[in-house]
Amino acid sequence: MQHPVASLPAQGVFKAAVSLTLPIAMGYVPVGMAYGVLAGKAGLSAVNVLLMSVLVYAGSAQLVAVGLFASGAALASIVATTFAVNLRHVLFAAAMSPLLRGWRKRELAAFAFELTDESFALHAARFGRGDRDKALTLTINVLAQASWVGGTALGLLVGDVMGDGRAFALDFALPGMFLALLAGQLAGPSQVAAAVAGAGLSLGAAALGITGYGALAAGLLGAACGFGVEQWMTRKPA
Amino acid sequence: MDDAKACLTIIAMAGVTYLTRSAPLLALAGRTLSPWAIRLLAHVPAAVLAALVAPALLRPDGRLDLGFGNVVLWAGLASFALAVRTRGFFGPVALGMGIVAAARFFLG
Repeated sequence: MQHPVASLPAQGVFKAAVSLTLPIAMGYVPVGMAYGVLAGKAGLSAVNVLLMSVLVYAGSAQLVAVGLFASGAALASIVATTFAVNLRHVLFAAAMSPLLRGWRKRELAAFAFELTDESFALHAARFGRGDRDKALTLTINVLAQASWVGGTALGLLVGDVMGDGRAFALDFALPGMFLALLAGQLAGPSQVAAAVAGAGLSLGAAALGITGYGALAAGLLGAACGFGVEQWMTRKPA
Repeated sequence: MDDAKACLTIIAMAGVTYLTRSAPLLALAGRTLSPWAIRLLAHVPAAVLAALVAPALLRPDGRLDLGFGNVVLWAGLASFALAVRTRGFFGPVALGMGIVAAARFFLG
């Protein structure tokens, strides 16, 4: 049975939000630091490094962008890669949409700004057990982003003593995040087919010297392969 | 890239990122995507992530390297195995970074 939850007092909301956000922040601070260090070394100004954590707030996309900035990539290819890497958010937002029925437009707009893999996982679990407090939801999002921006600032501060970061394996942060995100996606044979096709086409493109949009095109073709496999598996007998 | 152009790039990145997060909540409120589009979209993350990570693991220095010295590849496999088993996120990343850092420290 659903109780009509009276909204929590402001102090209670903050305390509850802190304890719920803590596990997310424990990941965001060190990865945010890795981003801050690498972005500082890629030649971005400190203001731009922080601006990206405030405006974009997407760890893996930010780390890809840093690599592209460092290699002198063009604006359009950085933006296109960001879009492709973040396309998965469409699915999170679509899944949250029915749970947020009744929210005002501007509340939805604020929620969407801070929707990440981790905040989605947390909110989906909370809403699933009937905890739908709006103030708590938005406070969690703000705290999580604050930990990301704080980690970024720490990374900028300690960047000078980290050398190129290789001794701390900072160059593994991005592939590591991609692999962990990928593992979460592989539910079923068609997803595995999409991943194998995407990886194979991307390696083929790289071997042929097709850089820039090669990996992106490989990813989209791989998705089409996975979709095709799924259609074939669920086909109706003639 | 100068600071102003980098700033412009970041604003454009923010724009496309916000589009992916807000479109289903704001534009689609009440409506739903066609089932066909949803199924195609559902396969984009796995394929794009794999396409981006495969060269980082297998061609770390711009050419294919399946050797024992490619520590990023072996750390990546360990990370991935842990992520598949635990469904965790930061644990597998930390494991891989620990392996890479330790290998560089001890093996030079």
